Parts: sequence; structure tokens; C-alpha cells
Amino acid sequence: MAEARTLGESLRHQGVSRRGFLKFCAATASVMALPPSMVPVMAAALEKARRPSLIWLSFQECTGCTESLTRSHAPTLEDLIFDFISLDYHHTLQAASGDAAEAAREKAMHENFGSYLLVVDGSLPNENNGYSTIAGISNLEMLKQTAEGAAAVIAVGTCAAFGGLPHAAPNPTNAVPVSEIITDKPLINVSGCPPIPAVISGVLAHYLIFGQLPELDALNRPLAFYGQSIHDRCYRRSFYDKGLFAETFDDEGAKKGWCLYRLGCKGPMTYNACATIKWNQGLSWPIESGHGCLGCSEPNFWDAGGFYRALSIPTADIAKTAGYAAATGVALGAAAGVMNRRKTSAAAEKHEIVTVDDLEKSS
Amino acid sequence: MNSTMDFLLWVRGPAFDVAVAIFVIGVLVRLLEIFLLGRRPYLSEARGSQLGPGLKTVATRFLAESGTLKRAAFTVIGGYIFHLGFFIALLLFVPHIELIHATFGIEWPGMPTPVIDAITVVTLVALIGLLIHRLAHPVLRFLSGFEDYLVWALTFLPLLTGYLAFHRLVNPYPLALGIHILSVEILLILFPFTKLMHTFTAFVARWYNGAMAGRRGVES
Repeated sequence: MAEARTLGESLRHQGVSRRGFLKFCAATASVMALPPSMVPVMAAALEKARRPSLIWLSFQECTGCTESLTRSHAPTLEDLIFDFISLDYHHTLQAASGDAAEAAREKAMHENFGSYLLVVDGSLPNENNGYSTIAGISNLEMLKQTAEGAAAVIAVGTCAAFGGLPHAAPNPTNAVPVSEIITDKPLINVSGCPPIPAVISGVLAHYLIFGQLPELDALNRPLAFYGQSIHDRCYRRSFYDKGLFAETFDDEGAKKGWCLYRLGCKGPMTYNACATIKWNQGLSWPIESGHGCLGCSEPNFWDAGGFYRALSIPTADIAKTAGYAAATGVALGAAAGVMNRRKTSAAAEKHEIVTVDDLEKSS
Repeated sequence: MNSTMDFLLWVRGPAFDVAVAIFVIGVLVRLLEIFLLGRRPYLSEARGSQLGPGLKTVATRFLAESGTLKRAAFTVIGGYIFHLGFFIALLLFVPHIELIHATFGIEWPGMPTPVIDAITVVTLVALIGLLIHRLAHPVLRFLSGFEDYLVWALTFLPLLTGYLAFHRLVNPYPLALGIHILSVEILLILFPFTKLMHTFTAFVARWYNGAMAGRRGVES
């Protein structure tokens, strides 16, 4: 439950030094593209921030987002921010179950009405309420209930943000993202399958500091993390510009670290911070590990014409089409040629020689 | 069609198929019609060969005649710039070569993308300049019909949309790429039925001119 202790007190209680705290503020400011002058402001605001209540709802999802957020290799200040938040309801992480779990959610909603944060992962079945229920409550109903008193809604993961895997063709549950159900609350999409943990902590820190959500792009994603494409920040970009491509996952090109475009990399369409923040505490990221980007932070990435086919390559068999078309063209052209010749020879046959005498006679 | 990704998949799939089919059939029918019309039989004795002068004229007509260059320098130079720029962007931009490689299995070295980027800007400027010239010049304007403006747009739009997609000036990206591919498909579909056929027929006309002159033993 939300308590009176401030974030500064809580961090000191856990043995975090002032220096460590300021380092975290500086790192968060730089990651969120805020000017250095904001660091002391952030530190002061975070120091005084009260413990906010957070309700985490999981719908049609795989728990990968939760795994991503909780599997940091070493305890970090991001973890401490998470620890600081009063996570009042979360299927996977809470100890309580059954009625006690639902009671915790209702209590948190009641006590913090209008001020709690609502995090959603997973899409919502918008066809048959029975497709996904929790404690006998349909996903749709639970989201509407819980969003009513929320200060803001954070859609974590591509399923909650854009429908994700459940929304992929043929979309049997008619899965929809949170944004199609909740339209009257500040909403932020933190997309990715899963999203980068630092993005979540950055968004939460921003909310704690400024009391509002950060600047968003056209798809309601925080611009600081989703402002640039993977392609434009990719360290393999120079190979793309030169036309040097890996053909398979283990050829010479792959060993030399050439561009993975021919192997279907979706970097050109994907906006995310993988190329800069990286994964596993900055160790690596998919393209550095030798696999093209799947485009997981973009809408409909499951249905983008195949993971191993580049975005601009035709999906149809164009060579075959061109072949058939050429045969048809030759046949039609020959037919037209024959018809034109007939027309010419018919005209020649009808041609009458007219002499000056004929003309004089007729006039 | 409820998402930009569906749109992109449509232009990459069925629409691309249809556009390529119309382009190939249309071009072949029109060229065969010209070839099968044949030439009038020569009744005179040949004074020279057709092959050498024919090929020579195909090559020499790449250069503007000096009188034309002096009279219409802007049109000639602007014409060179946008023709060269268009073909460089079309054939030497790496993702275009990738498309041809994935489709027909043939490839060649491309130019660095920043160079193509600069060439595209020059080409767009040249095309805009030529359009303004066409509208501002009373004689050119009088001679221009709907089709002239249509083929200008068909040439301009693939370059413009490609530039917008490359620089991500239209969002989301699948929409930008889809519009670019669609503009190329419109170009392919209308190509055989407009003045754009000169891409092929110019060489046929040059050949006939050179070969005829060669047979008569005169310079073309």
C-alpha cells in the first residue's frame, strides 16, 4: 500500500548513497534526452516523491514483459525505483491469490482513487468475454473498472500497445489494444516484445518527477526512446550504405558483421532504443547478436510479410509474373501486328489509282 | 484494409504483380506493333550498309545537336540532369538493387546512399525547374497538353516519395514505403500508354533514321 515515506528516504533506507542517487538521475536525464540542467531538478523532485500506488493488469499476454522488467542481472537503481513503487496488484508477482488478490486491487483502487497508475500488459479480446477472464471478471470489464480511477494508463508491451501476437492474423479473439478501449485517460504506449526495462523505469521516473507523462510520438510512445529508427542508429548501417550484406547466418558476410537486410532485418521500419540502450545491461542487442530486427515495437509486426524477408521486397513471385506477362505480351503483340497488316493490305486492295484526268472529269 | 502494414503488403503483393504484368504486356504489345508494321520495301540499290550507321545514330543522338543546345540550353541541360539522376537513383540505389536481386537473381554494385540522396535532390530540383519553365514559357505552355503534365508527375512522384521515405518525413514508415511503391506501380501501369514509351521507342526511331540514311549513303 502507498505509504508516507518519500523516495529519497526509501533509497537511503536501502543504503543508496547520495552520489549513487545523483548518478541515476544523470543517467535517466541523458537517456530521456533531458538537458543536464534538469538533473538537480530531477533529484529534488524524486527525493520528495511520495510512493505511488500501481496496479498491473495482465490480459492476453505471455508474461514476457514482466520477465523483462524483473530479470535484471544485478540490482540496479531501476530496481529500487520499482521497489519504491507500491505494486498493489500483479498476478505473477503478488503473494496473495484468489479473493485476497482481488480485494487488494479493489482496496488500492478505492484508497488511491484518481491518483494510482495503471499498467496493462496484454491485449483484450473484444469478441467473446469468455476468451479471457480473471477471477470471473472479463478482461474488458476489469480494464474499464480499473481505469476509471487511474491517473494515467501505461500500456506495456506490443500486445497492450498495438494488439501484438493475439492481434496477428487471423486474430481469433478479435484482440484490440488498450487504446481502443480507454480513450479518456492519459495513455502511454511502451511497445516492444518485450520493451527495454530502462524505458519503463524512465517513464515511471518522468511521471514521478514531473507528475505527467513524457512527450509522445504519433503512436503514443515516449519520444525519448522511440524517436529514432533502429536503422538510423544501427552500427551496421555503413554496410547497408555500401551494399554489403550477409546472405546467410553463418557466411563470410555474417562473420564480418555486414548488414542483415537480406536476412529480413526490419530495422528500417522500427522505432526503438535497442541500438543505443541495448539489452542485458548494455551487453548486446538482437542485431549485434547476428539476427535481424523483427520490428517488435511496431504495430502488426507479426504480419509484415515474414521475419526473413526484407520490408521492400515484393511478396509475390514477380519473375514468374513477368515471364507469363512477356509470353502474353508477345502473343497479343503478334496478333495486333497481324491485324494491322491485314488492315494495311485491305486498304491497299481498295486503293484506286486516280489520275489528273479522273479529277478533271469529276469536277 | 485497416492498417498501414496491410497497405504495404497489398502494394508489395497483388498490386506489384498487376503493375508488372500490365507494364510487360503493354510495352511488348506496343513494340511488336511497331516492328511488325515493317518498312516499305526499298526499290533502289543500296549505297551503303544499314548496320553501322544505324548503331552509330543510336549512340550519337545521346548528344544534343549544337543548335538545339544553344536555343534551348535550359531544357537540354535540365533534361540531361533529370534523366541521368532518375536512372542513377533507380538502378544504383542499394535497396533497389536488392529488390532486383531478390526478384530476378541479378545484381551489380550500387552507389553510397548519401550520394544517391544528393543526386535525388538535384533531380527533383531539375524536374521542378523544367515544370516552371514549361509553365512560364508561352510557346512551351501552348504546346503542352494534359499528358505532358501527367508524365512529369509520374516521373516526379517516385523520386519525391522515395526521398520522403528515405528521410522518414512521412509516418509511419510502412505508409511512406507503401506510397513510394504505389507511385512506382502507377508509373509502371501508365508507362506503355503514354509518352514514357520513348524510353524504348527513342532507340527504335534512332535506328531507323541511321539505317535509312546509311542505305542511301548519307550522314544522319
